[in-house]
Amino acid sequence: MSFLELKNVSKGYGSNGSRTEVLKDVNLSIEKGEFVAIVGCSGAGKTTLISVIAGLIRPDTGAITLNDLEITEPGTDRSIVFQNYSLLPWLSVYENIYLAVDRVFPNWSPAKKQQHVETHIAMVNLTPARDQRPGQLSGGMRQRVSVARALAMDPQILLLDEPLSALDALTRSTLQEEVSRIWQQNQKTVVMITNDPDEGIYLADRIVPLSAGAGATLGPSIQIDIPRPRDRKALNRDSRYKAARREIIEFLLNSKGDHHTAVTKKLALPDIEPEDLTHPRPLIGGRRAPVRRGEIKRETIGMDL
Amino acid sequence: MSHYCELSNLTKIYPTPKGPAVIVKDFNLKIKRGEFVALIGHSGCGKSTVLSMLAGLNDISGGGIILAGKELAGAGPDRGVVFQSPCLLPWMTAMENVMLGVDQVFYTASREERRQIAEYYLTVVGLGDAMHKKPAELSQGMKQRVGIARAFALKPRMLLLDEPFGTLDTLTRFELQQVLVDLWNRNHITALQVTHDVDEALFLADRIVMMTNGPEAEVGDILEVPFARPRDRKAVMEHPRYYECREHLTTFLEVHAHRRHNTPTEAPCSLSLRERVRVRGNQALLIVSRKPIPGTVEPWRSSRRDSAPAS
Repeated sequence: MSFLELKNVSKGYGSNGSRTEVLKDVNLSIEKGEFVAIVGCSGAGKTTLISVIAGLIRPDTGAITLNDLEITEPGTDRSIVFQNYSLLPWLSVYENIYLAVDRVFPNWSPAKKQQHVETHIAMVNLTPARDQRPGQLSGGMRQRVSVARALAMDPQILLLDEPLSALDALTRSTLQEEVSRIWQQNQKTVVMITNDPDEGIYLADRIVPLSAGAGATLGPSIQIDIPRPRDRKALNRDSRYKAARREIIEFLLNSKGDHHTAVTKKLALPDIEPEDLTHPRPLIGGRRAPVRRGEIKRETIGMDL
Repeated sequence: MSHYCELSNLTKIYPTPKGPAVIVKDFNLKIKRGEFVALIGHSGCGKSTVLSMLAGLNDISGGGIILAGKELAGAGPDRGVVFQSPCLLPWMTAMENVMLGVDQVFYTASREERRQIAEYYLTVVGLGDAMHKKPAELSQGMKQRVGIARAFALKPRMLLLDEPFGTLDTLTRFELQQVLVDLWNRNHITALQVTHDVDEALFLADRIVMMTNGPEAEVGDILEVPFARPRDRKAVMEHPRYYECREHLTTFLEVHAHRRHNTPTEAPCSLSLRERVRVRGNQALLIVSRKPIPGTVEPWRSSRRDSAPAS
């Protein structure tokens, strides 16, 4: 029995007539200490999947077990980092993390709690900003607080729901390096949801692609055996990186296709030159004819439905 | 005519109370007719500033731009722009949004011909069924398709794309890149695309211009993309030189990530201004000081964000 196990998990929304199946027969098992990235495009059901693991929603069928115990509700053994940070705006960095620690470890002495919070603030390099509120922090810094809070709860499993998607490319790559470093320090079991194959390959031990569209299922796992720390530049020369990347992108592209219907439409495109609007339009003399370079082009174009 | 579009010593300076902030300095670039150029750099480096000056949406502080033998002054329909957010008018259908520009530019053509033009481009971008829907009924990817159709329908001399796929997820981005390439293959419109996505630049462009970080951003390096057209995504990724080019670009971006300047250099402020504008890239922060002291050098009131380490 693996550490985290999903068996035939299905989830749909809506009732009889307008029902949409989001997840269909999802099977996944994750070992302790493994970093798994689930890569899929938007609308594929990634967030539903992580919410099911977190216990925020119950699956319609199937079961999820963590350490042989079935997950039925949210608990402190799993912590989530959301895309939109979800920090309390009226509390400082320190207070936001302290709140979580206080709930999870109520029996600790205040001094121990305080020390625990400080350690985690230092781990994400936010010590200079410990007394600031989320509103005074940049997006990247807020997400660090969120990561620190999740880790301070000392969960058995860390769930990351597109944690870096809202950040700009540069901040994103800096935080990827940071996540990688933190993971190497404490080797937690991590499930990360992402829409960026490169982010998955850079961080994870194993990548599980999620097919697109309704009734999403997980594709075959792709093992990433590149030793850490991984170097973004050197990855470009690594054949394992290239192979993994090709496999993921092909899976995603193929899962989307094949629902093209052969409807065609006859179209005409008049070959007219645009008018120069810097010249005034003639008021007298009636309509001018447009400049035509050629005949009307006719074309038949296939439409996707 | 050797070059279709020429940007020479292009400079953008924003006046600030701390002295002028030079965002782009002496930016030189020559684009051939029918060439697809990608401008790559980190966010805030000034790539969008260059593009918006070319679009005529931002004043030029120094230098000049020549397009098709004429110096540019102001915005015009001879340059079609695709913005990062699609910027559609919400009360109009996709068709009406495209017709808005088409009616202006092809005013001498008949109403039927204008409709044909709009219909053609909307169908080619894959909105054959959805052209009478309003933006609120369209997904983000579909809205951006309207944005692309709108730009191409004007038959512009030049196409300007400002990170058009930046907010989309990987798969939608792939689809829209394909839509863009298909349309572009029909008639090679000279194009300049701003992006920070290395793979996107390699798939779309003939030449990739790498920009150094602002302030005083300029051309850092130029890469000729060796892949033959028309391109197929899988074939491009399998190309023996693909990862070599990719490494070239990622290395450049990584080197310049560490030479980042967040704020303009500090300069003493002696004016009794009540309002001050701090500019970084295309973001401006307005600060109203409570007690202006005329004629004194006042330390710049910095928000706490700047005192913390950059993230």
